[in-house]
Amino acid sequence: MQASIHVSREPSVQYLLRIGDTCLILAQRLAEWCGHAPIVEEDIALSNMALDLVGQARAVLTRAGKLEAELGGAMHDEDQLAFLRDERDFRNLTLVELPRGDFAATMLRNFALATFLKLLWLKLERSADAELAGIAGKAVKEARYHQEHAADWVVRLGDGNDESAARMQAALYGLWPYVAEIFESDDIDEQASATGLGPRWSELRDDWRVEFSDVIAAARLVLPADRPFRSTGKSGRHSEHLGYILAEMQHLQRSFPGGVW
Amino acid sequence: MSVALVESRLDRAWAVLDTVLDPEVPVVSVRDLGIVREVIERDDGGMTVVVTPTYSGCPATEVIEKSIVDALEADGLGPVRVEMRRAPAWTTDWMSEKGRRQLREYGIAPPGPVVAPLSSPLRFMPRQPPKALACPRCDSLDTERISAFGATACKALWRCRACGEPFEHFKPI
Repeated sequence: MQASIHVSREPSVQYLLRIGDTCLILAQRLAEWCGHAPIVEEDIALSNMALDLVGQARAVLTRAGKLEAELGGAMHDEDQLAFLRDERDFRNLTLVELPRGDFAATMLRNFALATFLKLLWLKLERSADAELAGIAGKAVKEARYHQEHAADWVVRLGDGNDESAARMQAALYGLWPYVAEIFESDDIDEQASATGLGPRWSELRDDWRVEFSDVIAAARLVLPADRPFRSTGKSGRHSEHLGYILAEMQHLQRSFPGGVW
Repeated sequence: MSVALVESRLDRAWAVLDTVLDPEVPVVSVRDLGIVREVIERDDGGMTVVVTPTYSGCPATEVIEKSIVDALEADGLGPVRVEMRRAPAWTTDWMSEKGRRQLREYGIAPPGPVVAPLSSPLRFMPRQPPKALACPRCDSLDTERISAFGATACKALWRCRACGEPFEHFKPI
């Protein structure tokens, strides 16, 4: 059994982990659809999007590991960061770890996240960290394509028949409480903004809201009211679901340390 | 007396790169794909090849790196190092005319020019309509997209209504 690693509390490292872990865990959830999507084209689409997200996660986690070492901490590579951290050391949004739900919920979550990630990558293209800026330049093109694809489905199902509309509306009610966490800013965001590493995520809220609401309106869905509930995955306090994801995702490296293909 | 044509090691390296094929589209070379950004002759006599990835998660990236090293070293141009450079991000606009022709002959519709994304990008209806795509088999413009994603990250699936054949399209990004 491979022992867990712990990662520096350095705010800039934490900021990168939030991005890398959000991409990684969403990819893991999307990969669950492989062989299970309603039609083969969507099976391929979901696997493709998962692959893009894994690629983005790899790049960002690699940068996080190097940055940690540059700041005097231990050096961890992408695999150590993905496979050897415990649940509390993951910094993904709670939204991405929720069970995949039905196809409507998956597409709605993808739409919400691709819209957010596109806006984030656009800002990160101007990051003071040249490597992060380079990653963002590539990732923004991918996020844009994911966003279009998911938006099409939100409208097609939301403005579809009674069954599809009811399912998309139910997905929106179910996921909406977890959206608020995306745009909560804290000290880590402040630090990233001050050093030019990246934006406060709260700065993206208004643009996100415009793009999201446009599609929700086109889909004839009702945007739920905002509630005070806030999930806290970004700070390492997760829902009960993340542990199960990690158990599956990390099993091989934990049981056979350093195992390769 | 004839003047010997002296080919520099750098020219030779580029010529070798013309023969290294993309494993997913094994008719187009990495050079024609536009992913080789620079070749540098190092002081120690070796070569550094600067490559930009096509997609963040493209599984061919590592194979391509290895193929480049193997091909150049087999030609005596080693030791070879491959360096990844992400910025500026790769665009299909960097694909050569020859590469586009080879794609078409292989049965893949080549990417058109990349259009700047709309500032208000999505919405179901008012998407920038894609330019009509010619079927790589019969050249008909009576074609339609059947899937936004395909067998590899770089392709989408299309169908030709005229000849009835499905085909792949190399997405412009």
